[in-house]
Amino acid sequence: MIKGYSYTKAADINDQSKYYEMTPGGVIGESGTARLTKTGEWRTVTPVFIADKCKQCLLCVPVCPDVAIPVKDGKRGEFDLEYCKGCGICANVCPFDAIEFGKEGK
Amino acid sequence: MSIRERLSGNEAIAYCLKQINPDVMGAFPITPSTEIPQYFSAYVANGEVDTEFVAVESEHSAMSCCIGAEAAGARAVTATSSCGLALMWEMLYIAASCRLPITLACVNRTLSGPININNDHSDSMGARDAGWIQIYAENNQEAYDNMCMAMRIGEHPDVMLPVMVCQDGFITSHAIENIELLEDEKVKAFVGEYKPAEYLLHPDHPVAMGPYDTQPYYYEHKYQQVIAMENAKEVIANVFKEFGEMSGRKYDFIEKYMMDDAEEAIVIIGSSAGTAKEAVKRLRAEGKKVGLIKLRVFRPFPAAQIVEALKGVKVVAIMDKADSFNANGGPLFEEVCTSLIGEENIPKVVNYIYGIGGRDVSVETIEEVFTNLDEILKTGNVGQKYRHIGVRGL
Amino acid sequence: MSKNIVEIRWHGRGGQGAKTASLLLADAAFVTGKYVQGFPEYGPERMGAPITAYNRISDERCTVHSNIYYPDYVAVVDESLLESVDVTKGLKEDGAIVINSAKDPEELRPLLKGYKGKVCTIDARRISEETLGKNFPNTPMLAAMVKVTQVVEENAFIQQMEASYKHKFASKPQVIEGNMVALKRSMEEVKGL
Repeated sequence: MIKGYSYTKAADINDQSKYYEMTPGGVIGESGTARLTKTGEWRTVTPVFIADKCKQCLLCVPVCPDVAIPVKDGKRGEFDLEYCKGCGICANVCPFDAIEFGKEGK
Repeated sequence: MSIRERLSGNEAIAYCLKQINPDVMGAFPITPSTEIPQYFSAYVANGEVDTEFVAVESEHSAMSCCIGAEAAGARAVTATSSCGLALMWEMLYIAASCRLPITLACVNRTLSGPININNDHSDSMGARDAGWIQIYAENNQEAYDNMCMAMRIGEHPDVMLPVMVCQDGFITSHAIENIELLEDEKVKAFVGEYKPAEYLLHPDHPVAMGPYDTQPYYYEHKYQQVIAMENAKEVIANVFKEFGEMSGRKYDFIEKYMMDDAEEAIVIIGSSAGTAKEAVKRLRAEGKKVGLIKLRVFRPFPAAQIVEALKGVKVVAIMDKADSFNANGGPLFEEVCTSLIGEENIPKVVNYIYGIGGRDVSVETIEEVFTNLDEILKTGNVGQKYRHIGVRGL
Repeated sequence: MSKNIVEIRWHGRGGQGAKTASLLLADAAFVTGKYVQGFPEYGPERMGAPITAYNRISDERCTVHSNIYYPDYVAVVDESLLESVDVTKGLKEDGAIVINSAKDPEELRPLLKGYKGKVCTIDARRISEETLGKNFPNTPMLAAMVKVTQVVEENAFIQQMEASYKHKFASKPQVIEGNMVALKRSMEEVKGL
């Protein structure tokens, strides 16, 4: 029996969790929980980052629905393909053709 | 000292909401509940409450507005009837499954069609499986008192479910009657502040709500709602008790009227219970062993209390002000029968659909039901179990 | 129904204030300590359509929430309804019907389907036009109903209405006097008592 409210961290909930180990209504209480789900497995088309053409405008970063474009010291780096589901939005917004998209497979 | 007043059921609900001063009201007008947001918006305009009144373009949006507000950490209320409640349908389930204790004043009116604006329970009975707590009122006093108690029930951490406070459209919503109001301070102290454990606008601990719930998780979340509804039984009992101590008005899940030694009984919800009490009183004066059970709380369903109250009763009529169109019986009938399964010495049970689309229910209507129960008691033969009282041609 | 309950049925036309009159009567009875019910019967709504409203006035709370089929008193706010609505249906013979009309009660009795009880008339239109300058029949009708039914003590009724008007018409006190005169005159001018 669940009495009162108890909060469980998203990282501690998995498909073996008992009903009383889960948050009411499925509330997620931390940020960055996208890291817990590796959507890279869903990908059928893979982006390629062409660093020579990139002006580091970072327009691609906020449009990524997951966390596939790591930013360090104000500059983006290579794709983190564990989290890239291959949606192609980043390639679409890039003004400098620095993301090639169309290579089949992983 | 309570305040002696005369108010309609809608005025009573609006007045109670003024005393509570909720954070948000999202509402769209529909007869016969229109007056509630109408009166309340006057309180807003006059600065008597600091509620954010959100005028929306439909009931779907009214409930969506309440869901957003409640998720953000605010106490949200709305009022609706009939097709308005039907248009909220999708969002009713969202409110319950997100565990948002929104309060809805439901002024019961039939669902179209053919188009009809009058009372029956088909709107809220249709929403009975949406995961909401449902409390029904016999008169303006109960509507007021139930609204006073609703938030304490829904917002309790063991429950966290939305609450529907129902009363009969026009019959109580538009009838002026005497009422004992509570002082503002008493209501405020009783209801208290809404302090949710998690909410979207928490400055230190923001959360995400209403996520996509895949097969490995959804069922467990629904089971949590099952537990919450079970927990609501104890919470409701405690809130009723505390309210009784504060106001002097004692309530329970059911009200038993002249049930001691009763051999014939009816089970009924809402304003017609009052009319039926007069019939019971008259028949008692003739020496007949008759009684009445009024259901106040329909969700969670008080099965144990009903079984207990029916001990010793030989024949009972279950009165439904809504049909199920299942060729078998109305919703209250089905739930009472389910409650009786497995019990010893259960009474003979018959179902009456009554009062549909505002068809007037008089003392004589109820007396006719008891006459039929007499017949069943005498012959031992129930006959047709699923009956429609007052339909011409039957 | 217990003996100390008075049941009243109002017949009017949409927009004439029959519902308001029933609520005002409930108000007046409430203020003098009674338990009251005042409620309309809602059907197809439009201006001019016949409407019905009800009152129950008693010394203890009445739990019945049905329409009233056997009224002690009936009020007819519009005389023309006598031809289209069976206004005396179920009306108790020891009760009374009060009709807004310039005619004498006995002139109207033939229209009342053999009703043998008391018939009263009040020329609400004339009183209203003379005291308020317009046809607001419900104020004179209300006073006539108090006079005939005695559900509220007359002086208490007058005092309560004055207080109520002072509150209601705080921004236009000039209309208070006319209303008070209308009430008092109506109580004196009821015919057929």
